[in-house]
Amino acid sequence: MDFLLDILSGIFLAGGSFFCLTGALGLLRFPEFFSRIHAASLTDTLGASLILIGLMLQAGWGLALPKLILILIFSLLAGTTASHAMAKAALKSGLKPIDQIGSGEKGTEEQKK
Amino acid sequence: METLIDIVLLGFLVLTALAVAKMQDLFAVVMLSGIYSLISASLFMDLDAVDVAFTEASVGAGISTLLMLASLKLVGQYEKHSRYRPMLALGVVLATGTLLIYGTLDMPHFGSAEAPVHQHVAPRYLNDSMAEIGVPNVVTSVLASYRGYDTLGETLVVFTAGIGVISLLRVSRRTKEEEKRRVPADMQQQIILRVVAKMMLPLILIFALYVQFHGDYGPGGGFQAGVIFAAGIILYTMLYGLSNASRVFKPHILELFSALGVLLYAGVGVLCILMGGNFLEYGVLEHDPVDGQHLGILLVELGVGITVASVMITIFFKFTWRTVKHKYNK
Repeated sequence: MDFLLDILSGIFLAGGSFFCLTGALGLLRFPEFFSRIHAASLTDTLGASLILIGLMLQAGWGLALPKLILILIFSLLAGTTASHAMAKAALKSGLKPIDQIGSGEKGTEEQKK
Repeated sequence: METLIDIVLLGFLVLTALAVAKMQDLFAVVMLSGIYSLISASLFMDLDAVDVAFTEASVGAGISTLLMLASLKLVGQYEKHSRYRPMLALGVVLATGTLLIYGTLDMPHFGSAEAPVHQHVAPRYLNDSMAEIGVPNVVTSVLASYRGYDTLGETLVVFTAGIGVISLLRVSRRTKEEEKRRVPADMQQQIILRVVAKMMLPLILIFALYVQFHGDYGPGGGFQAGVIFAAGIILYTMLYGLSNASRVFKPHILELFSALGVLLYAGVGVLCILMGGNFLEYGVLEHDPVDGQHLGILLVELGVGITVASVMITIFFKFTWRTVKHKYNK
């Protein structure tokens, strides 16, 4: 049973790390603000959640488990809301999402400012 | 492994500091300074200084970033270009830095047991605090009891800073009237933010109380709790407007409370003298010295929490009033 739990938590942890890594990569490589936000929020939600679930499986029944669950709920709420707020603020200050790849001049221009 | 993490985090710190020095956009600088605090918090965490990490994360990354953003609103977003090239200053700094690094060569190695800091009073704190104070978290017993006098000084510093801001940034009645009529207009559209903030606010406040009263047993205490409490109120203020928030937290009551915390702290000390002990010697408060220590630490931490929370909220209110005035007087 312990062995199974270890494997399961390992899978979750590896998946979480994968999403954190892709999120970071996307943050660097994506062409403009809105797709970058998408990548960053992936780290917040999927990456952090999977890692937390993996840690929960490691923690077992104890005081750590409810704390981890609370952290999970809080990070899901706060992370998604922060991304929403950033996207909305960007839209409000006049940054438009680009239509297709290649005409991303405007996005990068605003970024530089 | 831990050394590797330390080195990577220190590298991040250096990079962030360089970026801060280089950038012209002050908004980005403020954000980077928040990141700097967060990285230092992780570093403290890695060094097993959980209480310090907690303080750094809540004060450095949380409140001070917010206050700097509020002041950016007043001074503008970009650094003025200066032609001044401080080569002499750079030389002095480099020379001093080299001397300091040279000085560290004589110091005992990192984590060495022979270091003077581990020889002097630390063994007594670590070995006897459970018998003398009876609080599981040694940091709290050092902070509030062994070094209670220093902490009183720190609380006074926070209080003095609050007084400074209050006397510098005064708000006229007209600005307040103005604000009441106009504010939350642009925040009223932020429905998602408002709903989520309303959901999180009770959790934040309960967490602050937990940190306050659980400080004897786990990481935490008055400073952290006060800042977390203030952060919750500031969140509310940002989304629901200053006039709503100051209806709950009336400015003159806040000012009263920031003095009340310090008074509570010093009052406990004076009470100890009256009951026949030294200043801040909590053991005399009850029959059993350990119980007395518990009571004293609880009261003292409560005083710290009250002062820190009300000073932080007051400072934020003052800054925001100033921004309102700035906006409408144009």
